[in-house]
Amino acid sequence: MRIRFEKRREPSKAMQLLTPIGAVALTMLIGAIIFWAIGYDGPRAVKEIFLTPITASYKWSDVGRRAAPLILIALGLCVGNRAKVWNIGAEGQYLVGALSGAGVANLTRGLEGWWIVPMMLIAGILGGALWAAIPAFLKTRFRVNEILSSLMLVYVALQLLNYLVAGPWKDPNGHNFPQTAPFTPSQMLPHTAFGTPFPPGLFIAFALSLVFWIVMARSEFGLGVRVVGDAPKAARYAGYNADHMVWQAMLISGGMAGLAGILECSSQSGMLNLGFPSGYGFTAIIVSFLGRLHPLGAALAGIVLAITYVGGQVAQTVVHVPNATAGIFQATMLFLILASDVLVRRRIRIDWGRPVAQAAESAA
Amino acid sequence: MAEVGGAADKDAKAPARLEMRGVTKRFPGVLANDNVGFSVAPGQIHALLGENGAGKSTLVKMIYGVLAPDSGEIFFDGEPARVANPKAARKLGIGMVFQHFSLFEALTVLENIALGLDSKISQRDLEAEIRRVLDLYGLKLDPRRVVSTLSVGERQRIEIVRALLLNPRLLIMDEPTSVLTPQEVEQLFETLRKLAAGGCSILYISHKLHEIIALCDVATILRGGRKVAECDPKKETSKSMAELMIGANLKEIARAPGRAFGEERFAARALNLPKHGDFGIALHDIDFSVRAGEILGVAGVAGNGQNELMEALSGEVSARSADAVVLAGEPIGRLGPTERRARGLCAVPEERNGHAAVGDFTLADNGSLTARRRMGFMQGGLISAGRAANYAETVIKSFAVKALGSTSTAGSLSGGNLQKFIMGREILQEPAALVVSQPTWGVDAGAAAAIRQAIVDLAARGAAVVVVSQDLDELLEVCDSLVVINLGRLSKVLKVGEVTIEEIGLLMGGVHGDPEATAQMTEALHAHPI
Repeated sequence: MRIRFEKRREPSKAMQLLTPIGAVALTMLIGAIIFWAIGYDGPRAVKEIFLTPITASYKWSDVGRRAAPLILIALGLCVGNRAKVWNIGAEGQYLVGALSGAGVANLTRGLEGWWIVPMMLIAGILGGALWAAIPAFLKTRFRVNEILSSLMLVYVALQLLNYLVAGPWKDPNGHNFPQTAPFTPSQMLPHTAFGTPFPPGLFIAFALSLVFWIVMARSEFGLGVRVVGDAPKAARYAGYNADHMVWQAMLISGGMAGLAGILECSSQSGMLNLGFPSGYGFTAIIVSFLGRLHPLGAALAGIVLAITYVGGQVAQTVVHVPNATAGIFQATMLFLILASDVLVRRRIRIDWGRPVAQAAESAA
Repeated sequence: MAEVGGAADKDAKAPARLEMRGVTKRFPGVLANDNVGFSVAPGQIHALLGENGAGKSTLVKMIYGVLAPDSGEIFFDGEPARVANPKAARKLGIGMVFQHFSLFEALTVLENIALGLDSKISQRDLEAEIRRVLDLYGLKLDPRRVVSTLSVGERQRIEIVRALLLNPRLLIMDEPTSVLTPQEVEQLFETLRKLAAGGCSILYISHKLHEIIALCDVATILRGGRKVAECDPKKETSKSMAELMIGANLKEIARAPGRAFGEERFAARALNLPKHGDFGIALHDIDFSVRAGEILGVAGVAGNGQNELMEALSGEVSARSADAVVLAGEPIGRLGPTERRARGLCAVPEERNGHAAVGDFTLADNGSLTARRRMGFMQGGLISAGRAANYAETVIKSFAVKALGSTSTAGSLSGGNLQKFIMGREILQEPAALVVSQPTWGVDAGAAAAIRQAIVDLAARGAAVVVVSQDLDELLEVCDSLVVINLGRLSKVLKVGEVTIEEIGLLMGGVHGDPEATAQMTEALHAHPI
């Protein structure tokens, strides 16, 4: 018997749309079985994780709050992943973005003006982009693998946060807690926007999904991203430079992560402390793949993953599953999406090949 | 087994070495072989002739055990044979030389052959055995040479020796001459004739008609998966067999007589490029000039710098100095592909999939790859989807590309149709100069004729064209003048019509054309075991 992977001639559009849904459904099933097997009420845990955040309206605000950074970061990663420039360090860029914005906040303390928040946002974008520029430089100049360098820079960023909030940026009135001084009202965006329970970042994320969609589908740059990822030689032939693409993909994904970071801290937390990093940068990788690297898909997938975050907490209190539950579901989901991706492009063929002895017999 | 005639035949005369009866193979959506039957006598050189997609490869794969027939029978020496896999085929005495070699460039001939053997044998015994086979058939090959230093013809000899070591009684040769110089082809034919005289049957797959006339005793002609004729090639003409093969009258390329060329349009001046990677070829003092309306052919054996030359001309690799490549008087050597295209230089690289086109992209997107600026798709900074689709549809229509429309993916097209699309995409941009590599590689005769005609017509409209090809017949048919590339150097310019095939063949030489360089490379590679 031989098991073979065969390339499909033309992957079906319907399958490409259905597989993410299938992956989510299968994640629920597998999750239920796992938690049942280790002695929890599995079906209930799945219900709390996936349904409660949707059915209970008081959870929507929380879902929106978590969806915003996930979508923003995932939009940037859609560009990078599409071009096969693997930025695994969005978590670090998210942090450095928040830190840069907080730096502007430190400088503008006591000042008033409409310009302060935009300055902070710009600083956040630049900070994230700068952090991502390091792996881009190392990759284009010394051919250092960007997966490793961007990932390692996450830990550098964490140390930077530790140092700043415990040292130079520590709030003098903070009872010696490692945290920055709270932002002043003129350094803050509203907690929720347009009279909805959702944070301003979510609206920005949705607006940017549309922009990214148009850019990726219609612009010369978007065409380049797709060609570089699919066929590097064809990209060179079509006049796209792979190194430029590494730079562009890294700066965009870093900038988006930085924007997510500063939006989170200027509209939600209002300051930085050691609890600020919450893994959005890593989860956004799942979001981008669950959304099939399509900006609109990423917006939807961001909401799904935000639900698992919120639901994980619900399940923790109601079914008493451990804290890591949401993580397990997210990881299962990523695995299943990537597996289904392979199956959309290929099919498994099993040859129940005739044993050789029998073949020889019939030949005789 | 319904037929009872088998046993009676056997008594009457020696059984056929190979006989196929009613062999049918179906793939999803296509009937690759439909009730095909033919037989090969011992010591016969039997041609299997057909266009790409006629079902030759499928048929041969079933004989060699790579595929299993859906129905029908294969007899070997009169016995029904079921070939489960290539190993079983080799056991039966079937050897095969594939079109694409599977050789490790950094290993020696001996090491490569040892790796491909089914049985264990000591290095020394193997070398003695190889030398015996080489002597027996008068093949020239040094078992201790490193493969990367060998010409394509020599590499093919490795594959032949590999097959001969098993004392085959049937040798299958799949398109063996597509990469050889005319002299190498002649040597190959001598070997094959010797083999046949020794009783080995040869199944010779090709679409080159004059070779089949020169070599083969019988030809089975396939079209669309069916056997359409069996003939004695010596009694046929190239034209009559070609018409059987394509099932229609062959169109000759129409060219206006007495064409006059304009002034110099496209030129390379002392173009030098260092080699890239271990097995790349450096370009040395490439110098040529093409006038408006002229078609210059670049002949040569594969791997002599054709790809490097293409990249240097198209702009994928930029030259050291701007003057090295000149388009209509303007130095463009330092410009990238997009800028060169904007100035009127279009190019088609050899590899269709992943270089000239992206399989997963729609034809509209594939059109945008090179035509977005020249054909004005850009609208407010974005690529107009409508214009891209229109252009793709125009290409499909004017070049008779068999595709559902601009939203089909390039990967869903057959090789010939994709090539027509790519050629059409460049030609309809009305370039001032066009550089193409292997314009009809793996394309059926009908499509090839259409592509060649389009190239000739483009030149007639005043473009300068450079055609890089390994197919000499194609170059002689299409070009006005020829240069030969060997080891990254160009020969002097030859006038088509005045030059003989033998002369071109001598210039093509091959990698072994420079014995000194070869010896140095062999030494260097062996001083540092890999």
